Amino acid sequence: MLKIQSENQVMTAELSGELDHHRCAVIRKKIDMLTEQERPRMLRLDFSGVQFMDSSGIGLVMGRYRQMSLIGGKLMVINIPPHLKNLFRLSGLGALGVLE
Amino acid sequence: MTYTNEMKLSFSAKSVNESFARTAVSSFVLPLDPTIAELTEIKTAISEAVTNCIVHGYKHGEGTIYIEAKITESGKLIVKIRDKGYGIPDIKSAMEPLFTTGGEEQAGLGFTVMQNFMDKVSVRSKPMKGTAVTMEKHIVRHLKNDRA
Ligand SMILES: Nc1ncnc2c1ncn2[C@@H]1O[C@H](COP(=O)(O)OP(=O)(O)O)[C@@H](O)[C@H]1O
Ligand SMILES: [Mg+2]
Repeated sequence: MLKIQSENQVMTAELSGELDHHRCAVIRKKIDMLTEQERPRMLRLDFSGVQFMDSSGIGLVMGRYRQMSLIGGKLMVINIPPHLKNLFRLSGLGALGVLE
Repeated sequence: MTYTNEMKLSFSAKSVNESFARTAVSSFVLPLDPTIAELTEIKTAISEAVTNCIVHGYKHGEGTIYIEAKITESGKLIVKIRDKGYGIPDIKSAMEPLFTTGGEEQAGLGFTVMQNFMDKVSVRSKPMKGTAVTMEKHIVRHLKNDRA
């Protein structure tokens, strides 16, 4: 469901399933708890396993971007599957330089 | 206008029902033989509207969400998602990209997504009475070479 690994201060969260407002609330709490504890220099959100997403997923990325900025780290979104490309294009997240 | 199919749903405004709502509407349009891309767009738009009822309409408590869906003879889906919550004081600004009253975790892109993924989106709302979002999408008929 949500797999989080850290190596050399780079934390990678593998997101999967359906990222709606309901699930994002849970995922956000787990990620924020771990980034506050470990203070990685980079957080990578891996979207390869995400089957469905609405703008709550975009909110999740924006929120983690702010969270990482607060602790002086970076955020990267990796492995956006083809069916989510439209949504990411609409989001304007590209301008933040967080998309792979 | 005559409709070839209709359905109505009402369910508790709980976030666990977001998935139920989008799946129900997407099953309802299946007989029109939509593409995977069309289904994804419909599911995403429904998810946005239903989430808004929960997060904004009923932000301080419980309530019921109502969905009415119809399919026209020409193969168009018309779906209305309604709450009896707070309402939207200024619909025009609420629909602007990035506008949100929802705080840090809301992207402010719900209406933008609905407008991009559906053919038509209209909003009616009255403060303290509620909000109704009606969306339309024509499902393109495909030429099937494996069917007569
Ligand atoms: N059902 C609703 N009831 C009350 N207010 C709503 C409703 N739907 C949308 N809104 C208002 O419109 C704004 C924009 O909605 P949206 O584009 O989905 O962005 P977001 O949900 O991320 O804030 C919301 O922040 C809220 O103020
Ligand atoms: Mg929204």
